[in-house]
Amino acid sequence: MSLEFFVISTLNGVSYGLLLFMLSSGLTLIFSMMGVLNFAHTSFYMLGAYFAYTISSVVGFWPALVLAPLAVGAMGALFERYSLRRVHKFGHVPELLVTFGLSYLILELVQLVWGRSTVPYGLPEQLQGPLFTLYDTQFPKSRSFVMLVAMLMLVSVWLLLTRTRIGLVIQAALKHPEMVQALGHNVPRVFMLVFGGGCALAGLAGVIGGNTYVTEPAMAASVGSIIFVVVVVGGMGSLAGAFLASLLIGLVQTFAVAIDHSLATGLQALGMTVTEETFGWPLLKLTVSQVAPILPYLFLVLILIFRPKGLLGTRED
Amino acid sequence: MTTTTSTTTSYYRFKPWNVGRIIVWGLFALLLIVAPMLFKSSLALTMLSQIGYLIIICLSYNMLLGQGGMLSFGHAVYTGLGSFIAIHAMNLASKGSLPIPLVLIPLVGGVAGMLFAVLLGYVTTKKAGTTFAMITLGIGELVASMALMFPEFFGGEGGITTDRVYGGSFLGITFGPAIQVYYLIAAYCFVCTAAMFAFTGTPLGRILNAVRDNPERVEFIGYNTQRVRYFAFIIAGFFAGIGGGLTAINFEIITAADSVSVIRSGGYLLFTFLGGATFFFGPIIGAVLLVFASVLLSELSKAWLLYLGLVFLFMVMYAPGGVASLIMMNLRLAKFGKLRSLWPSYLGLAGTGLVAVLGAACMVEMTYHLQLNAALGPVMTFLGATLDATALSSWFGSIFVLLTGLGLFELCRRQFLQQWSRIQEEIEHQIKRGEAL
Repeated sequence: MSLEFFVISTLNGVSYGLLLFMLSSGLTLIFSMMGVLNFAHTSFYMLGAYFAYTISSVVGFWPALVLAPLAVGAMGALFERYSLRRVHKFGHVPELLVTFGLSYLILELVQLVWGRSTVPYGLPEQLQGPLFTLYDTQFPKSRSFVMLVAMLMLVSVWLLLTRTRIGLVIQAALKHPEMVQALGHNVPRVFMLVFGGGCALAGLAGVIGGNTYVTEPAMAASVGSIIFVVVVVGGMGSLAGAFLASLLIGLVQTFAVAIDHSLATGLQALGMTVTEETFGWPLLKLTVSQVAPILPYLFLVLILIFRPKGLLGTRED
Repeated sequence: MTTTTSTTTSYYRFKPWNVGRIIVWGLFALLLIVAPMLFKSSLALTMLSQIGYLIIICLSYNMLLGQGGMLSFGHAVYTGLGSFIAIHAMNLASKGSLPIPLVLIPLVGGVAGMLFAVLLGYVTTKKAGTTFAMITLGIGELVASMALMFPEFFGGEGGITTDRVYGGSFLGITFGPAIQVYYLIAAYCFVCTAAMFAFTGTPLGRILNAVRDNPERVEFIGYNTQRVRYFAFIIAGFFAGIGGGLTAINFEIITAADSVSVIRSGGYLLFTFLGGATFFFGPIIGAVLLVFASVLLSELSKAWLLYLGLVFLFMVMYAPGGVASLIMMNLRLAKFGKLRSLWPSYLGLAGTGLVAVLGAACMVEMTYHLQLNAALGPVMTFLGATLDATALSSWFGSIFVLLTGLGLFELCRRQFLQQWSRIQEEIEHQIKRGEAL
């Protein structure tokens, strides 16, 4: 494993991890505040990408970077106001179900409006090409832009939550909603804003993730279960945990797809003879890159067995 | 104020036998026996067979969702793995290395489903509520992607095939013809339904309901909620595996991409909920709906998933008890003799609702037509009407129909709500008066 491969993979992994964090942060915020697991969170991510595709074809990419998340956030807020709030009284399972139904609906609507195949949502000129070349490998500008936006978002969310009045109200409403309501704040509206804000963050991730990777109807499902893994591994409701877990899973996945070793080659390197007749050959012959898709889920299972509350979680339920 | 209201519901119960229950189960058995004689086409028979094992699967799912409050996104793992073990057992049996008659193959699937539930359920049931849902999703993805990694066992893209006709015929039964398979499925369906209903009355079934409603109290009276969930999960896995085994017998082919996929799990969840998770018989309705939707509705319209999503969303919002709860509400009205006065309102609601749906459906179908069949030209037929998907007039027409329908529906709905709450009040009043006597 050369140094060059290591550096580039690390950078790719970090940029993918930060994209995951942009998604999981919104999910975590919504969850820790309202106790609602937004199953449709990655659907809003997909909507962000598609909106940005349409808007950027009219007014260009940079306005779309602002407008698309706003539109997605508005849709999220409307959904909270007219659908989620209505089922709130039935308990958590119907809340989860209603967002599950929404994810179905958004997927079908996206296919209805934009078609079933990939849309040509390209990078703007300023982000095309490599940022720098390390030995022979290039690191694209778009990935560094993902990192930049994610860091900016992280800092601004943190500042918003800790340094502003509305942030303090949100934090208070998180712990003691009745008390905050008694002090005269409109807690349902705060909930609506948080839900809309979380969706807007997902939309923002979609705007920059959509052209860095691919914009297609399957994009929601492909990251959907990964960010649930991130949230559980990091610890339910812990933003710092989500950050750590996002980076970890981003790095693990990026490194794993590039490693072409298997248990068999490992054992052979140790001097053992491993052939097709050896017991468990189907398992031994799998390369690390082949098992890459399941690594996050294996990680999830291991975490649940050895540390059920997650890396940085505090809740034991 | 004490809350010692005695619940004096009157069952039609004649000792020593519970006649009402015997009649209901007898009718269910009769329906299973008679159904293929009434609907003789091969399509109907296929659908009936599918309904048969989906009833088992949906009921086993509801053991988690309805009775245990566990929202699982990975139920297809247990049905799918049950199918795979069953199909391998069938292949071994036809080679002669495993002496198992076909009649017992579903049980093999069941035991397999149970073993996987023992293994995976240990991790899953460590948590409850929302976290449980996320973990089942993760496990579901894990198994689904693993299945594609081991083509030796799961058959890769092509899946595993088998031939259910092996061994000699017994009294002329070879399980070659579909009708014989249907009766095998029907027998299993009846037995499993009865067994799962019996489970609801066992101490474990009762405490499972308590764990759903108030886990903290259950801990206080000395039960380990995690273990209760685990046991229920294992039993649900067993019945899911039986359903999976019957699937393998029915189709004689199982593919990993379909049978253990998360989409399949989502389908079970969707229809169990639509049928009604709060009543035991709800999932049976759900299974019937699932087959009708996936066989008939998908023929009718390309946008059926969209309609399905909308129906599901409205169901969660307005009738979280599913179709079963709607039926039970109306039965209650009928019991008090109030149903007749509501008929005009129901008709009004249905009529105006249909108009609105028609308008919306026209627009959806036109959009789909433009998306998918653009090569065929803009003119299409929908429900006998010819629409030009590019003409403004058909769009304006649809919008007009939709708005008219919505407006009238809203009027009917308001009137209906008033009538509904008045009737409920009357019933409450009647019950109170009955108690006072």
